[in-house]
Amino acid sequence: MTRALRPSPAVLDPTTAGTRSLRRSSPRYGEKLIQGLLALAALVSVATTLGILASLVIPTVGFFQDVSIVSFLTGTEWSPLFARARFGVLPLVTATFVVTTVAMLIAIPFGLGGAVFLSEYSSRRFRKVFQPVLEVLAGIPTVVYGFFALTFVTPNILQKFWPGGEPPDVYNMLAAGLVMGVMILPTVASLSRDAMGAVPQALRAGALALGSTRRQTTIKVVVPAALSGIVSAFVLGISRAVGETMIVLIAAGGTPNLTLDPREGAQAMTSFIASAGFGDQQTGTTGYNTIFAVGALLFVITFVMNFFSIRLVRRFREVYE
Amino acid sequence: MSRNSRRYLLPVALAAVLGMSACGGEDAGTDSGGTKLSGTIKVDGSSTVAPLSEAAAELFREENSGVQVTVGTSGTGGGFEKFCAGETDISDASRPIKDKEKAACEAKGIKFTEVQVANDALTVVVNKDNNWVDCLTVDHLKKMWDQGSTVKTWNQVDPKFPNEPLKLFGAGTDSGTFDYFTAEINGEEGRSRTDYNATEDDNVTVTGVSGTKGGLGYFGLSYFESNKSKLKAVKIDGGDGCVEASTKTAQDGTYTPLSRPLFVYPSAAALKRPEVEAYLKFYVDNASDIATQAQFVPMTDEQKTKSASLVDDLKKQAGS
Repeated sequence: MTRALRPSPAVLDPTTAGTRSLRRSSPRYGEKLIQGLLALAALVSVATTLGILASLVIPTVGFFQDVSIVSFLTGTEWSPLFARARFGVLPLVTATFVVTTVAMLIAIPFGLGGAVFLSEYSSRRFRKVFQPVLEVLAGIPTVVYGFFALTFVTPNILQKFWPGGEPPDVYNMLAAGLVMGVMILPTVASLSRDAMGAVPQALRAGALALGSTRRQTTIKVVVPAALSGIVSAFVLGISRAVGETMIVLIAAGGTPNLTLDPREGAQAMTSFIASAGFGDQQTGTTGYNTIFAVGALLFVITFVMNFFSIRLVRRFREVYE
Repeated sequence: MSRNSRRYLLPVALAAVLGMSACGGEDAGTDSGGTKLSGTIKVDGSSTVAPLSEAAAELFREENSGVQVTVGTSGTGGGFEKFCAGETDISDASRPIKDKEKAACEAKGIKFTEVQVANDALTVVVNKDNNWVDCLTVDHLKKMWDQGSTVKTWNQVDPKFPNEPLKLFGAGTDSGTFDYFTAEINGEEGRSRTDYNATEDDNVTVTGVSGTKGGLGYFGLSYFESNKSKLKAVKIDGGDGCVEASTKTAQDGTYTPLSRPLFVYPSAAALKRPEVEAYLKFYVDNASDIATQAQFVPMTDEQKTKSASLVDDLKKQAGS
């Protein structure tokens, strides 16, 4: 070891000694530039979040000077752009809730099932073909999913094969939720599979060696070990469902409707923002500020959800070295 | 987006340009032919008429790129307020001027005339499978649409109708269609129930009504004519029996109360300016194309001749 530390003859040269041995031979501006660019790249997303927050705050504060926060959060009638304006946001919240629930009822079981299959059961060759196909689903524009829900799923599946009772309306939350679930499925599946793929092979080998079947290994060892990654996949899926706009705008209609019946149409928070944004609301009016107030509420909902999910993930995290 | 779609701009613009250049040869002597017009024309008023004035301005500027036309949407009343204060050159109006507004104009010494530019008509539509309704009275419509209405089924509107859920599709609050419908049916502009599918995109209403047996909606007559195969139009009884919505009944005014003439009010002082005169003449001469493009019902030849002569009269009054 000491031999390696012995200075080389070049360093002993009295003219260059000191500079060459202790410092870089040149200031390496290129390196600095790259470091700066990388830091900038990291900052962009943070700065964007802060920028969005800042742009939401002022109109939202303006809104709550006109409308009390209690009547906003507890009111059951939503008609902010009409002559007789009412600002009860609950109908929009229930619509977002119903569509998200339907979507997650599709995305979570099918996404997790698909991930288990790809990670634990399928052959490598099959996975190589199948996973990219699954990921193509995630690349379809949401506007296409929206029209698919409105012009195909509702009339050709839901209304045609409705088992009994009143069939869904033309604009309904069920179709929007189902199609949204299919849209989110690949994200959930692919992230969960990655989490399971990261579980050390030794754990599986150990379980199998103790006589577990493949199913027991999966359910009792692999899934619990990958739980933190799986939960964050679910949370990401829910966040996407809550914030998804085009599908609910196109397929769920524009009626503010306080109901939990997914067969009915209802305006979700994002659809309100989009449709009110298309119109000509004058800057600074209550109608204009309403758009931002609903946006702020969406922001708070996703933020709270992410906050709790991070704590949840920490609690379940299992670290393998 | 209802009724100010610019989808049809290109073909119409082409036709108009060809038409203009053909005429140009004839009266190059009397018209301002060679000299280039410039200046700014201020137009304000009804949001319903605005798409017409904008379409006219766009086509006009193809030939006269030096002229700027600004079209505001302060509403008919708000437009007259500015017009009679001398702030605007032309006022768009979806109803004739009121006596009070007239007095305000006279007090300021502003002379004007009323020039019709198009006819407006709204069609009430139901599902093709709706076999229980052919004609609705204004009272029926008011029961469905009035502020605070809780009507949920057809038999609550009229016991003769079946117990079928009533699903309403209508215009969003930003459109002139909404203002007009609520004013005529519910008696006050903007007065409406709020728990219906409100949209600025008429196609959403078409999809909704054509897919819902008990659906009902409304939009401009021209939009219905391009969706005839999917929907059924309802006749309207405004007190004198059932009348079908059509170009003819809209033009002769028998389709009440959902048809009306649309006007522009130029001031005599503004008409002295060559660019305003040229714009207005262009507007009246090409009124049919402009109305079709902005999805309104065009004027009859008679109405058109009358409008043209009214412009000439005001011009004479103004002197040159």
